Amino acid sequence: MKVYDLPDRHGHFGPYGGVFVAETLIAALEELRVQYEHYRNDAAFQAEFAYELRHYVGRPSPIYHAKRWSAHLGGAQILLKREDLNHTGAHKINNTVGQALLAGRMGKSRVIAETGAGQHGVATATVAARYGMECVVYMGSVDMERQAANVHRMKLLGATVVPVESGSRTLKDALNEAMRDWVTNVGDTFYIIGTVAGPHPYPMMVRDFQAIIGREAMVQMQEEYGRQPDALIACVGGGSNAIGLFYPYIDNGNIRMIGVEAAGCGIESGQHAATLMTGRPGVLHGNRTYLIQDENGQIIETHSISAGLDYPGVGPEHAWLKDSNRAEYVGITDDEALAAFHALCRYEGIMPALESSHALAYAAKLAPALGGDKLLLVNLSGRGDKDMATVVARASGITF
Amino acid sequence: MSRIAIVFGELRLQGRKALIPFITAGDPEPAMTVPLMHELVKAGADVIELGVPFSDPMADGPTIQRSSERALKRQVGLKDVLTMVAEFRTTDTRTPVVLMGYANPVEAMGYEKFTARAKECGIDGVLTVDYPPEECREWVEYLERRQIDAIFLLSPTTPQARIEQVAKMARGYVYYVSLKGVTGSSNLDLNDVVNKLTRLRSIISIPIGVGFGIRDGATAKAVAALADAVVVGSRIIEEIENSPRDEVLTNVYHLVRSLRGAIDEAGGTL
Ligand SMILES: Cc1ncc(COP(=O)(O)O)c(C=O)c1O
Repeated sequence: MKVYDLPDRHGHFGPYGGVFVAETLIAALEELRVQYEHYRNDAAFQAEFAYELRHYVGRPSPIYHAKRWSAHLGGAQILLKREDLNHTGAHKINNTVGQALLAGRMGKSRVIAETGAGQHGVATATVAARYGMECVVYMGSVDMERQAANVHRMKLLGATVVPVESGSRTLKDALNEAMRDWVTNVGDTFYIIGTVAGPHPYPMMVRDFQAIIGREAMVQMQEEYGRQPDALIACVGGGSNAIGLFYPYIDNGNIRMIGVEAAGCGIESGQHAATLMTGRPGVLHGNRTYLIQDENGQIIETHSISAGLDYPGVGPEHAWLKDSNRAEYVGITDDEALAAFHALCRYEGIMPALESSHALAYAAKLAPALGGDKLLLVNLSGRGDKDMATVVARASGITF
Repeated sequence: MSRIAIVFGELRLQGRKALIPFITAGDPEPAMTVPLMHELVKAGADVIELGVPFSDPMADGPTIQRSSERALKRQVGLKDVLTMVAEFRTTDTRTPVVLMGYANPVEAMGYEKFTARAKECGIDGVLTVDYPPEECREWVEYLERRQIDAIFLLSPTTPQARIEQVAKMARGYVYYVSLKGVTGSSNLDLNDVVNKLTRLRSIISIPIGVGFGIRDGATAKAVAALADAVVVGSRIIEEIENSPRDEVLTNVYHLVRSLRGAIDEAGGTL
């Protein structure tokens, strides 16, 4: 039985979500909402989406039993949902395929995107090439430096990458800049947001496109293990890979859902991006949600070793899942994530993204306390090639 | 009657249009904001829009973003802006002051605390850019209770039903954004203004200001012939930005003076 049916008509998840934008953007969002609500129930659209996910993205992604690592940790069995095996190396492509198909249906010839780690930018540049659309990606100049490889990938795919020099010059500022582009060029432009944030219908739409992760997992778990996992674990930046895995399980109350935020240098240090753990509700980027902010309501610069988690907001549905106690949100530090990165490399021959390494690190903390018959399903949201420079630079204390 | 209503009433009798300059509080430095406000009045401003600095000014173009960043570097927050207005009020009790900003600083302070303080400091209206009418019923009630005007934006793409909704909630004046884009863009569409204002006037009874993209006397004059008020922001901020510190006040004075002259040339058509 399906009981969870958020958001409501206006995009609210309890007190969160909604449409908090200037009047100049309202008509564009309304057009998008109407179009998406139509295609959401359009069989031909959904069939084309499914076809593209299978033949272009390479879905379904397998569930892999990390046996050696689980044995080493001694406790629960760790299973990995392999989103790292998707075309372009992360879950981000599920969403960009969906939004690009919608853009095509809406007659838009130009797509724009914001990106932090560059994964969403690459996934957008990829689908723009695939469907023959002009592509402009906004990226904070700080992120362009630490994710240089992805900047090259976007350019090779034909996208224009625009450095953003305002504010903290990271993901949140790139999002501001993309919104400004959209409001100016709304006639021919579709804004592909990369996570479950932004004004309605984005949090719902991105969730729907990412929910393929959880739907596949449900089938695969039943087929291969004869039961569902005891807990779902996923990292949370804006929250799209986490909600993609969680969403189909929300009504299944005895399965724990654990979102892992970036605790950076430690929560006490103030240098982190643990929005749900430490933030207060407010309004940013078109929706009401938890935010990392100072007492004057200014958004504070966050820190994480992984650019994809370095965001001072979080998707409004996570804010609701937290308040309603359906999901738990925990923090993992830079060092703990790095240790999990190396462990997965060494025990399983899989190089995870630093974002995903946060989820892995929490699984590694949890597993030893649980019996060997317990199953932890971790969303391995992306592969780590893009993080090579960061990891090598931080590896001074680790013997290779 | 509110200060805003009084000013528009007087202008109407004189057959003149309002000039509403915008500056960001705390830019280029906190100590200059109150002197700048007085200078704007001296140069012929009828209402002052005072920007509240915010870390993520999503609806603003590069010029106002930079001014916001300069103010934030000096740690200027909402409570400082309120104090500045209180100081302005010690010598000017006549000129309406409207705060323009984003929702989050207001929510961080709390509706009750903010509206009480704002009234005390002599604030006449508030425009919260990222609060569309659907999301701010409670907020508007708080403003109403303190008799602070809730100013709303309308855009070229606002459909009839929303205009009617805004007409019910808006107080003071409504602010018609005359282009598609962010503040400071230069593609103001005069034909659109002509067409839209006629329609807006049939629905909205309070004065209508036009802004976003007014950069010179000629445009100000053309807009003044159509609207009740002309709002100029980015052009003034540019003047602040490009002037040596000791010439900011005089340069802004001369700029606003010339805009005033252009607007008065348009004469009254109401
Ligand atoms: C591999 C990977 N995982 C996770 C994230 C975080 O985003 P979200 O929380 O929306 O899944 C990113 C963002 O760039 C990413 O690249």
